[in-house]
Amino acid sequence: MSEEFKVEIVNPEKSFLSKEDVTEVIVPAFEGEMGILKDHISIISFLKPGIITIHSKSGEEKFFVEDGIVEFKNNNLSVLTSSIFNLKDVDKNKIQDLLKISEEEANKSEISDQAKFLANQKIDVLRSIN
Amino acid sequence: MASLDDLKKRIASVKSTQKITKAMKMVAAAKLKRAQESAERGRPYSEKMNNVILNLSGGISDKDNAPKLLSGTGNDKVHLCVVMTSDRGLCGGFNANIIKKAKAYFAKISEQGKELKIITVGSKGNDQLKRVYGNKIIENISFKTSKNTNYFDADKVGKLIIEKFEKEEFDICTIFYNQFKNVITQIPQAQQIIPLNAENKEEKESEESYEFEPDEDEILNNLLPKNISTQIFKAMLENSASEQGARMSAMDNATRNAGEMVDKLTIEYNRSRQAAITKELIEIISGAESL
Repeated sequence: MSEEFKVEIVNPEKSFLSKEDVTEVIVPAFEGEMGILKDHISIISFLKPGIITIHSKSGEEKFFVEDGIVEFKNNNLSVLTSSIFNLKDVDKNKIQDLLKISEEEANKSEISDQAKFLANQKIDVLRSIN
Repeated sequence: MASLDDLKKRIASVKSTQKITKAMKMVAAAKLKRAQESAERGRPYSEKMNNVILNLSGGISDKDNAPKLLSGTGNDKVHLCVVMTSDRGLCGGFNANIIKKAKAYFAKISEQGKELKIITVGSKGNDQLKRVYGNKIIENISFKTSKNTNYFDADKVGKLIIEKFEKEEFDICTIFYNQFKNVITQIPQAQQIIPLNAENKEEKESEESYEFEPDEDEILNNLLPKNISTQIFKAMLENSASEQGARMSAMDNATRNAGEMVDKLTIEYNRSRQAAITKELIEIISGAESL
């Protein structure tokens, strides 16, 4: 029995990525990182800023996401996100820019606790990949 | 009858108009291809989003405490209409069709004695509506400066709508846009986005139980505002494809009409030139005869 399932990542502009031979996906779910293997129970959750890691036959790929929704059903994993990029393709400057923006956001006084938490989360992740 | 010189000028001017409409048609055709592609590429996202929400709303246990964005405020006194049009003209019936559809809806609402609020997206719609419904328009948004449709713009509109909803400024929100069917057909659409019309709910009787993390309510609260932006974005993509399509066919017609006009004017020109020559000949001949 094969241990593979299908993953699809879409953003509003296009279908970002679609892979058939995935063995494991680790997503930064809102309440902590979550690894998804084949035959996982149907689940819907949303994402916090973090890294999506996709393990497949052809190797490992990592993506940075800012937010999104994951849905897993019948061995189909769909990730809906408005901002995603492959860690391989991104240059240091862009990360720096993002870092700066989120630091500014985190330092604003009038934002809610949740927004602050998300901004801090983003900073941590960005620092770790930088 | 116009003099030969006048006719010549007319022909020249019609010809140069034709050149412009031809060029506009080419540009619209090129843009249409791009707009169509992005409309098609954007579909999976909104479809998936819709699916997730359908699954969620089907699985929600406590219908009474469902988020307001899904179930509505319980009233339908104040209607908010978001009329999405283009920023540029010369695109045939594109804007007029949306406005017509919207106006019919406005009339229905006022007839029922309900309050009406309008947000216009795109300057052409605002231009046409402000004469009659000027006092009803609460906001006018235009993305003239954005080169192409992007999610960021849609998100701004979405956030504005949600902000107004949270302040309880309206009960029901409907968006008006043109759905792109093909180059010559665009269908004006009225889509209700708040409260969400969970259509074809019956279809999915085979309800699978989902695991939610965190719980349904929180996911729904997070998801529904995003869905509004997504729906707006979808409408914007459809609209921009429709706009280019409408412009292309309008300019094609204009080019053809200009061609016909040039033909007609050329015949008239040749005829009057011939008439002038004949007249001169008669004058010469009758002058010679009288000698």
